Amino acid sequence: MFAYKGQILRVNLATGSITREPIDPKAARQYIGCRGLGTWYMMKEVNPKVDALSPDNKLIFLTGPLTGTAAPAGGRFEVVTKSPLTGCIAASNSGGYWGPELKYAGFDGIIFEGKAEKPVYLWINDGEVELRSAEKVWGKDVPKTTEMLRAETDPDAKVSCIGPAGENLVLLAVIMNDHNRAAGRSGVGAVMGSKNLKAVVVRGTGAVEVSDPDGFEDVMARHRTQLAEHGVTGQGLPTYGTMVLVNILNSVGGFPVNNFRDSGTWSKAEQISGEALKDQYLVRNKGCFGCNIDCGRVTKIPSGPYAGMGEGPEYEAGWSYGADCGVSDLAAICKANFLCNELGMDPISLGSTIACAMELYENGHVSLKETGKPVMFGDADAIVELTRATAYREGFGNLLAEGSYRLASKFGHPELSMSVKKQEIPAYEPRAIQGIGLNYATSNRGGCHVRGYMISPEVLGIPEKLDMQSTAEKPAWVKAFQDVTASVDSAGLCLFVTFGIGAPEVTEQLNVATGFEYTVEEVLKAGDRVYNLERQFNLLAGLRKEDDTLPKRILKDGLKFGPQKGKVNRLAEMLPEYYKARGWDADGRPTKAKLEELDLAFATSPKA
Amino acid sequence: MTKMLVISPEVCTGCRTCEVTCSLAHEAKFSPNVSRVTVYSWEEEGISVPMMCVQCEDAFCQNVCPTHAITRDSATGALLVSKAACIGCKLCVQACPFGGSAYDAASKQILKCDLCGGDPKCAKYCPSKALQYVDANKANTGRKRAYAARLKPANQGVNR
Repeated sequence: MFAYKGQILRVNLATGSITREPIDPKAARQYIGCRGLGTWYMMKEVNPKVDALSPDNKLIFLTGPLTGTAAPAGGRFEVVTKSPLTGCIAASNSGGYWGPELKYAGFDGIIFEGKAEKPVYLWINDGEVELRSAEKVWGKDVPKTTEMLRAETDPDAKVSCIGPAGENLVLLAVIMNDHNRAAGRSGVGAVMGSKNLKAVVVRGTGAVEVSDPDGFEDVMARHRTQLAEHGVTGQGLPTYGTMVLVNILNSVGGFPVNNFRDSGTWSKAEQISGEALKDQYLVRNKGCFGCNIDCGRVTKIPSGPYAGMGEGPEYEAGWSYGADCGVSDLAAICKANFLCNELGMDPISLGSTIACAMELYENGHVSLKETGKPVMFGDADAIVELTRATAYREGFGNLLAEGSYRLASKFGHPELSMSVKKQEIPAYEPRAIQGIGLNYATSNRGGCHVRGYMISPEVLGIPEKLDMQSTAEKPAWVKAFQDVTASVDSAGLCLFVTFGIGAPEVTEQLNVATGFEYTVEEVLKAGDRVYNLERQFNLLAGLRKEDDTLPKRILKDGLKFGPQKGKVNRLAEMLPEYYKARGWDADGRPTKAKLEELDLAFATSPKA
Repeated sequence: MTKMLVISPEVCTGCRTCEVTCSLAHEAKFSPNVSRVTVYSWEEEGISVPMMCVQCEDAFCQNVCPTHAITRDSATGALLVSKAACIGCKLCVQACPFGGSAYDAASKQILKCDLCGGDPKCAKYCPSKALQYVDANKANTGRKRAYAARLKPANQGVNR
């Protein structure tokens, strides 16, 4: 098989057995790789009703066919498992250099099963694979773990690991790789922690071979030029990083503020913008493997209470710790984000959970007895202190560690959790931007912007500008965006390439790599297949139609400020049409005909 | 016009596009291990440095080679390794103070930058211009100008 290595590792942590098995060529073609192929393994091998933190859950790391090639931004891998936060399928995508290294070591992916008796890490040195004791690094943060494990293995090894948050089963824990990149959402780090698996360390000196090397250079060169010449991927993202979106979302009135209570526009937005970050703290741009966008930000706070260095924040993290917590101190926001990277947590969910706590506190639903200190909107010290406390489950941090839904429910006000399926919704106001609301409500991993990034057409006008407030055409657009995203994720590409290239280009890349001779329709159908398979997993896990919704505030209370003042999200106008566009019945269940069309008949009953 | 590869680590983003485009051009596969350029990164400090053969005028590798397998391409100035003449002694690997040439055990060959015959792919596809293939006579002007710009404000305050 071209572009794939053709084998995966299966590691049983309970018995210590390590086996190799071939990947199924038909499944590779149908599910491509990464997110798609990982979900296929989950459906075949794990009962969707499994307790996510039990040894019966599996933790799958998978690359795609374009991972490790010179396809622009072709360095991604996916962590697929059942989420302890949402109870749904978790598929968390990451960049950096770890994914390509795994392929150079000879493997497309790894399936972890069971739970190790004591902390371990997996060391993959080309063909040699062994489980080693991780007791020396247990408790250590991500930078320390990375450096200690490199010293113990190979200075050029790539390290994917959890920090203290994952060890402590914080439901917002991530799996970090290459220091500052994250498989970031849905609490995949807690699953790794529950298995006593601290890290996966890889060194590979092999190659990824493709079906048409000459054709590959031609395709890659054209697509790199397209990305370099595009306003978003050639200018906006390289110059300001994703934080360029602060001023854009604020200017259109789609900026959520103070736990979505005071949303629309924010007078302090400029202070936390990508422009401010560049002026004040940017050291240089950073690129993941094979990327010619290079949106990463190496940032440094040189002195003061928030001194530190690291990467980010990305827009969603800058927003969650910033506007959503009412904090305009950019240094504090950077520091909280650095801590998330070092301790291994998702800054979108954690910033939003702190914002939820602030509203609970200001409303008197939670008292000083529980919080220890006042937790008020605008408190820069609080976002930093609570981030640290959450990773170690200290004091009030122990409650934040469960995410906003469980926190708000505990104090009798679940409606103050700005989440869908118990996962926090990111930095785009669904009352101002209708389609992103529909995407949030129907995302298979709960509140998430990168399942179907409707901001692209609704705000940025890519590939064409849609009216933010219209609803009629949104169901078809959301479906189309969710499908193409599933294909791109599964290919091993970064979603950001889709600003500048589309499904025809992705198909070209897949064909020179795999030789599968895909049509564009087949690649998009693969995305549709992945989306429906994830949906089936969720339905079998117990998801109901009522879960496809948005926080009450988004549906009932008018926006307070800005050009979209007074607007609510009109989900009820869009959801039935979305189900129809997907080929689902009125209860949001894929019809038999739809499942057969996608060759998903096997996915109708849980694995015995 | 003699050209040279200018390496500017200060703008390198560490994306390693150079590594995979190099291995594609020379070995028709994606493999940083057989690439003639390698990027070393210190993630915590955000520093990345591309390392490759710098085509020395008085080259240790060439001088140490017992079979005179390393010769200079008169068109590009690149030091080229003749596969026919190379006996695989690896003395050039040991002689280079920069790690500029390497030995690939799988293909039993010396790996060393050949400037792609005058169109180096690493520079062609480098998104941040950390690698540039430019007129050797003007190779330093970018850095000179950048440093001059830093002195400019101080000089604006100086009156004759």
